[in-house]
Amino acid sequence: MDCLLIEVRRACDAEKTRVVGRLVRFPKPFRIAMRLVADTLACDRGGRRVFSDLSLSLASGHALVVRGPNGVGKSSLLRVIAGLVQPAAGQLAVENGLPEHSVGEHCHYFGHQDALKPAMTVLENLTFWTRFVQPAPLPGEPASVTPEAALDHLGILHTAHLPAAYLSAGQRRRLSLARLMVTLRPIWLLDEPTSALDSASEATLTGLMRDHLAAGGMILAATHQDLDLPDVASLRLERAA
Amino acid sequence: MSGWIGALFLRELRLSVRVGGGALIGVLFFLAVITVIPFGVGPDLNLLALIGPAVLWIGALLATLLGLDRLFQADRDDGSLDLMLMAGRPLELLVLVKCAAHWLGTGLPLVLAAPVLSIFLNLEPLAVGALTLTLLAGTPALTLIGAIGAALTVSLRRGGLLLAVLVIPFSIPVLIFGVSAAGAVTREPAPFLTPFLFLCALSLIALVVGPVASALALRFSSD
Amino acid sequence: MAILDLANPTRFLSLAQRLLPWVSVACVAAFVAGLYLTFFVAPDDYQQGATVKIMYLHVPAAWLSMLCYSTMALSALGTLIWKHPLADVSAKAAAPIGAAFTFVSLITGSLWGKPMWGTYWVWDARLTSVLVLFIMYLGLIALWRTIEDPIRAGKAAAVLTLVGAINLPIIKFSVDWWNTLHQPASVIRMDGPTIHASILWPLSVMALAFTLLFLVMHLMAMRNEILRRRVRTLQLHAASARHGVATPQAAE
Repeated sequence: MDCLLIEVRRACDAEKTRVVGRLVRFPKPFRIAMRLVADTLACDRGGRRVFSDLSLSLASGHALVVRGPNGVGKSSLLRVIAGLVQPAAGQLAVENGLPEHSVGEHCHYFGHQDALKPAMTVLENLTFWTRFVQPAPLPGEPASVTPEAALDHLGILHTAHLPAAYLSAGQRRRLSLARLMVTLRPIWLLDEPTSALDSASEATLTGLMRDHLAAGGMILAATHQDLDLPDVASLRLERAA
Repeated sequence: MSGWIGALFLRELRLSVRVGGGALIGVLFFLAVITVIPFGVGPDLNLLALIGPAVLWIGALLATLLGLDRLFQADRDDGSLDLMLMAGRPLELLVLVKCAAHWLGTGLPLVLAAPVLSIFLNLEPLAVGALTLTLLAGTPALTLIGAIGAALTVSLRRGGLLLAVLVIPFSIPVLIFGVSAAGAVTREPAPFLTPFLFLCALSLIALVVGPVASALALRFSSD
Repeated sequence: MAILDLANPTRFLSLAQRLLPWVSVACVAAFVAGLYLTFFVAPDDYQQGATVKIMYLHVPAAWLSMLCYSTMALSALGTLIWKHPLADVSAKAAAPIGAAFTFVSLITGSLWGKPMWGTYWVWDARLTSVLVLFIMYLGLIALWRTIEDPIRAGKAAAVLTLVGAINLPIIKFSVDWWNTLHQPASVIRMDGPTIHASILWPLSVMALAFTLLFLVMHLMAMRNEILRRRVRTLQLHAASARHGVATPQAAE
């Protein structure tokens, strides 16, 4: 296993440029494209078959938007990939991923719930996830940013020392989003990411997603809205007749 | 490696002492239980001294169990549990750290309150010492056993009562040896060390069984 | 026959259908023989008189309460390790039966205790352990009833059953210890080789009869549980009539 010290300059906002150094371990030489592969997945929820025979393949730098009517299993698909729901059948793997790590450990999950503790300050919330979540760095992806830089980028740095209880719905959402920036994970699973976001925040989110894809990340999003991203494929789940 | 353990421990401790946390409610409940006992059995100080260790132990048992229902549920309700399951950290260790923080926040105050409350029950100084020592050795076992119930009922809206029903049979041995050791000082021929060592053994068993079973239950709960 | 063959609920149902009449007949025959031996062959106790015949119900019921729990613990292993689809049906079906046997054991013990001890309940080590077991059964049943999804309920109950299986010896030991601390001499002693053959025979036949009764009820309860789950699946299908299986159209 090679150990490389990479130093990446990352623009956090328009004006400032930060230098972040990190020690990153790579299983193989640089810039290896990963691939998320699902083969004939099936999922049961509450005794009902939600979907079956679902195969997909998502390469580094690509995004996949999962569409379909409510209750068709979009969220279930994301939760299966995250490892939160055991698939009833089928295989799931990350090619060229970190060895001895499950697929879920390559993923960030950004769902309906914000996973925030109102009693803790914004910075305490974010710092906890920074230290708790084990990073799964992707070759070529910029090093993760500090919690303060992430908050600054999302425009909520002024709330850093306030209890999270005082945040508005949109601010809570952005704080939750900051979690994806402070720990590196190659696959982002986004469940209705634009809900409760105003148009400015939505643009920020799109920027983050573009950066993530440009760095070789992968995005799987379940949403009704169109995402302004390059290389978007779409997967439409339909109810069988 | 150990950074995340410290982070989790600190977070749990913060949450238990801040607004919305239940750190001191357990002690208040303990106080309330001990206060109603003389109303039930009468203010006879000799009788109270006789049953005092048992009453304090039962009070501590109930206070521990009733405080445990939010141990994992709070994290499940706001989505934190999902992220914790995905974080790539050993779940058994996570449960252990959460239990340790919970015990420090709610169990240790019970232990510290016991000497004060035992004045109400007319316990001798030696008996107070023995009781506090047994609670110190035994309440971690109660927390760890209770964690299993908390993990099993994590998805239930009102799992608190069910948690108590599920866990109380498993806490009977802890109660038996705890009360025996605590009461041994006042009852002359009974030995202190034998039940106390059994109590320590039970805590050690719970240290293994509790996190393993809780982690298993939490993995199944995430569907 | 491989156990995997039985994994198919339909095959299990047809097997149960074929087995049930035979086991039922054997059960009735064993009960007729056992009750005859109990009432007409087994001798009265020289101290207790005819009340000792309660033992022929009490002891087999207590054995069966343990056997039921063992069945559930094995089934729990089947659920968690081998993910056998019938294991959790078996565990769920066994729980109320086990609770019933435990209850019978408690009632008969209490009825037996009245003439023996002069009171219906004594905190005897054996009775206390059975009472704790009864509470554990009821807790398990409550857990099954509160979690709506049968598969998740089965897994949660399996974890609890195994924790209980680890804890039962500890509870038994500690209750025995507690009992000797508070009352040194036990009232009843019937373990060991002191049992006379004239008691042993009726007792064995009654134990066999109870075991067959358990088998009959367990098979029937498993059948009911399978059918209940099918009904639930059908109702789910009916609720989502327009639902079907999602089909992916384009990948990447």
